[in-house]
Amino acid sequence: MKILVAIKRVIDYNVQVRVKEDGSGVVTDNVKMSTNPPDDNAIEEAVKIKESGKATEVIAVTVGEEKAQETLRKALAVGADRGIHVKVDGIIEPLAVSKILQKIVDKEKPDLVFMGKQAIDDDCNQTGQMLSALLNWPQATFASKIYFKDGKLEVVREIDEGLETIEVNLPAIVTCDLRLNEPRYASLPNIMKAKKKSIEQLNASDLGVDITPRIQQIKVEEPPKRKAGIKVANVAELVQKLKNEAKVI
Amino acid sequence: MAVLLIAEHNNKELRPFTLNSVTAASQIDSEVHALIIGYNFEEAKKALAALPLVKKVICVEAAYYENFIAENFAPVIVKLAEKYSHIICSANTFGKNLMPRVAALLDISQISDITKVISTDTFIRPIYAGNALATVKSKDNKKCITIRPTSFDPCETSGGTASIETYESSKEFTSTKFIKREQVKSDRPELGTARIVVSGGRGMQSGDNFKLITAIADKLNAAIGASRAAVDAGYISNDHQVGQTGKVVVPDLYIAVGISGAIQHLAGMKESKVIVAINKDGEAPIFSVADYGLEADLFDALPKFLEELNKLNTIQK
Repeated sequence: MKILVAIKRVIDYNVQVRVKEDGSGVVTDNVKMSTNPPDDNAIEEAVKIKESGKATEVIAVTVGEEKAQETLRKALAVGADRGIHVKVDGIIEPLAVSKILQKIVDKEKPDLVFMGKQAIDDDCNQTGQMLSALLNWPQATFASKIYFKDGKLEVVREIDEGLETIEVNLPAIVTCDLRLNEPRYASLPNIMKAKKKSIEQLNASDLGVDITPRIQQIKVEEPPKRKAGIKVANVAELVQKLKNEAKVI
Repeated sequence: MAVLLIAEHNNKELRPFTLNSVTAASQIDSEVHALIIGYNFEEAKKALAALPLVKKVICVEAAYYENFIAENFAPVIVKLAEKYSHIICSANTFGKNLMPRVAALLDISQISDITKVISTDTFIRPIYAGNALATVKSKDNKKCITIRPTSFDPCETSGGTASIETYESSKEFTSTKFIKREQVKSDRPELGTARIVVSGGRGMQSGDNFKLITAIADKLNAAIGASRAAVDAGYISNDHQVGQTGKVVVPDLYIAVGISGAIQHLAGMKESKVIVAINKDGEAPIFSVADYGLEADLFDALPKFLEELNKLNTIQK
């Protein structure tokens, strides 16, 4: 069994994102970048499946600028076997990413595709579902547990009402929740070894995919700031304020 | 052209956020048609037809629609899409799962989680966990949009007389099977729509200690929320999580207890009308968004809080 894992390079989750003064976007110069957090869970799950003997190969793929290769190297350092980098400059929409991934799936023929449920930069939550639609495959989104069962995959999904379990035939797409597993850290020897693993480089145009944006970003601005609040001295004062000043209880 | 609104329901009643999506849909075009896909949904259908903003209800029914599998829903919506300029549903787990599948089949670049309608093609949506607001314009002929329910008021629920039509079902998608749904039954208000939310974080230290939160929530008729740290630690189930990857809530009163206030948590609650933070770390980032901050050990403060509430003659419900 072959597993393809799609990952994205984003501004690190700990960075306080700042909006550019000209409203054209957010500041990315000299800002720490990392793998999109739930994509780390996607890689971890694929590597665990390989370690359990059920998969033979884990391929990591990313779509993005030159530096997105750093994200692939990290995936290789925690156990992915090889990487594919589809080079794209500028903003790329989930629809275009899913079309690129469809071409990679056609070529690599994986049995499973994993990715994070949502990227923490654009917060779109679309790519996995779109790829499933283009391939006409089952989609197991927001997965917090997965099991193999009689050649099928049973997936526990986190939904608003609680948990839902579905069973999907392979091939299938799984989008991963942060609770799916605990991603490992790369050890120094593995980081060194990862440097020798191969990364194939492609251009979106080589794949015959039109990635022209369909959505025009008119402006990006800061959200309104909350007015500074006050500290209360004790619980009695808090309750009085809520009752008589804020009038919410 | 009209707007096609995909209703969320449980085959018995409408799920509450359908009302907010109807409001959003009506801000794009007054001709709102609501699509209900499911099985044995008589009551939900009537409730939908009674919404004054809905002009037409379209029903698609089959046993395999009972559990809302997106792979089954998408082809129906795609077939209907021809007659519509916009397809809309809530950006909750129902809509997040479904809409991108529809959009890809229609070759449309979806706009997720909008908080404001500027015009029929221009919308505002939060990005980077709400740390920036993007104004975006769709160049696609047709638009697929999910809306952030808490950014739109629920619509009126009575007095409407929408026409009701049935539409053909599509072939069953057999590679995905529903097994079960585990829902925590509760008499409390729903987290997404509650007037008051009391949330606990890592500072609660155990699931058992959440009974301190429960007691206050009971008294205030509040929903119970949690930070991701508290859910990850197993103190409480995932449906309580508030934040970037959980639920977004905008109650009149949000009480954050033992929550430090990571960016990801703030993304889910910082639009609340009044925010209270109870935390023993005076430097915790949660205090920067709190209207009323109480620097105290929650294990002292919560029992006292309950005591003070008990002293009040009246409490708003």
